[in-house]
Amino acid sequence: MMPLLTTKGLSRNFGGLRAVDGVDFALMPGEIRAVIGPNGAGKTTFVSLISGRIQPSSGMIVFDGADITNLPAYARVRLGIAYTFQITSVFANLTAYDNVALPVQRTLTDGRSKGAVHVGVLAALERTGLADRAHMPAGQLSYGHQRLLEVAMGLALKPRLLILDEPTQGLADSEIDNFIGLVREIAKTATVLLIEHNMPVVMQLADRITVFNAGKILAEGTPEQVRANSEVQDAYLGTTP
Amino acid sequence: MKEASPAKAYTLHLGVIVLLFTLSFVLPEYHHGLLARIMVLAVFAMGYNLLFGYVGLLSLGHAMFFSAGLYGAGLAVIHLGWSVPAAFAAGLACGALLALVIGLLALRTSGVAFMIVTMMFAQVFYLIILYFAAWTGGDQGLVVPQSARVLVLGDTSLGLTDPTVRYMSALVLFSIVLLAALGIVRSRYGRVLVAIRENEERTKMLGYDIFSNKLVAVVVSGTICAASGAAYALLFGYVGSTFASVQYSILPLLWVLLGGAATTLGPLIGTLFMYYVVDITSGYTSAYLLIVGIALILLVLFFPRGILGTIRQRWLGWLP
Repeated sequence: MMPLLTTKGLSRNFGGLRAVDGVDFALMPGEIRAVIGPNGAGKTTFVSLISGRIQPSSGMIVFDGADITNLPAYARVRLGIAYTFQITSVFANLTAYDNVALPVQRTLTDGRSKGAVHVGVLAALERTGLADRAHMPAGQLSYGHQRLLEVAMGLALKPRLLILDEPTQGLADSEIDNFIGLVREIAKTATVLLIEHNMPVVMQLADRITVFNAGKILAEGTPEQVRANSEVQDAYLGTTP
Repeated sequence: MKEASPAKAYTLHLGVIVLLFTLSFVLPEYHHGLLARIMVLAVFAMGYNLLFGYVGLLSLGHAMFFSAGLYGAGLAVIHLGWSVPAAFAAGLACGALLALVIGLLALRTSGVAFMIVTMMFAQVFYLIILYFAAWTGGDQGLVVPQSARVLVLGDTSLGLTDPTVRYMSALVLFSIVLLAALGIVRSRYGRVLVAIRENEERTKMLGYDIFSNKLVAVVVSGTICAASGAAYALLFGYVGSTFASVQYSILPLLWVLLGGAATTLGPLIGTLFMYYVVDITSGYTSAYLLIVGIALILLVLFFPRGILGTIRQRWLGWLP
């Protein structure tokens, strides 16, 4: 099977700092991949390079067989790469309905889906359990609901690759359980690339885990393999006394 | 933008148009003429509002789009002897073309740099008008001859100098632009414009090409302002460089802020308010600008979002 996404020698410098350093990475269609690593390991920079929010210093990115290294971010979104922000970034002054209508009408204009905006919006809100809050301004939703709205917007883009940057940050434990169910649901139709610090969530969700350290891939494998890897334990999980 | 109550919004806007139509028959001559002028300039404000209110782009150079329409139409009549509809179309074309070029250049910047760049381009436009005084009349301006300001429709010819024809022409233009603005802001495109204003980065990550969406908004805004300028030249018969000066870039901003940015009827209310405050106070004192200033300060204190913007925020959430 051909990977959905590959990067070759992907690098990004910020001044003298190599935030992402020659990363070769491959993601198979349909998998849930978690990216973990200590703070400053380059995880967010790495997914920002994939989504096109920042440009690489060198290397290339291939999505579904096509070189997308030089495509602007909005064009990558149209190809099916959706990014949900680490810091909640909904349109606070617009209603939840309008927030979701924006990605829905996007896919309608592209011809990637059919039907009316209204139907698509309600479907995305139902799926995330926000339907009864459709006409509330997004800024007045609780934090947990704003995170869900963020996911609803990502879903409404009909992504083939959904990048979730620390989605459970700031959520209560009960909300996290719902969230895990939601991500499993999403993974039935899309490939998920997940940056996450919450290890129980990672261990439950991920098919495979990629460990970043100092801009490079330190290890990669199934949750069991990564857990057993002594280098990973040193870099990230902490050594056992 | 809101899903609720589209009928209410359309009824309100049609009501305003009917009210303006009725006023034509009851207003005394002086106010009749003033209101015709206000309607034409409200079109200018509506064009400005589309870019400032909805996209959040603060331009300090919209006088150039107004005067592109003004001179485009005026010079076509004076030098080329074009008919009124052809001259109006020429004004629109000049405004649209200028907006496209300015948009391509100025949209490479944002924020304060966008304000400065648009202001500089407008100054260049103003100086060009002065430089080519042989054709433009320089700082004296030009008068569009009465004989040329006749609209021929089939067998009837309507003199645009006639107060009723002038008022009705202004009303027709105003109504078309008002309903078009309402249509735009309620459309999917309008939703994208507001999204850009609220959070550009997020909108981009939803797959929207920010630059081309903004460029379309600049061209539509510039064309509406040019329509106002072209109508001004043809209805009031004067083409002057004052209209290209920086003052006329600030005025639409003021009208929109007063009436309420990002409201469809705000530009009309702001223009109306400003004109009448100046008109009434200048009847009493030569220091009328002082009173205008006080009125503006009071407005900012009690209506920080403009007259309609504050009304929408406090009482009528459904206002478009």
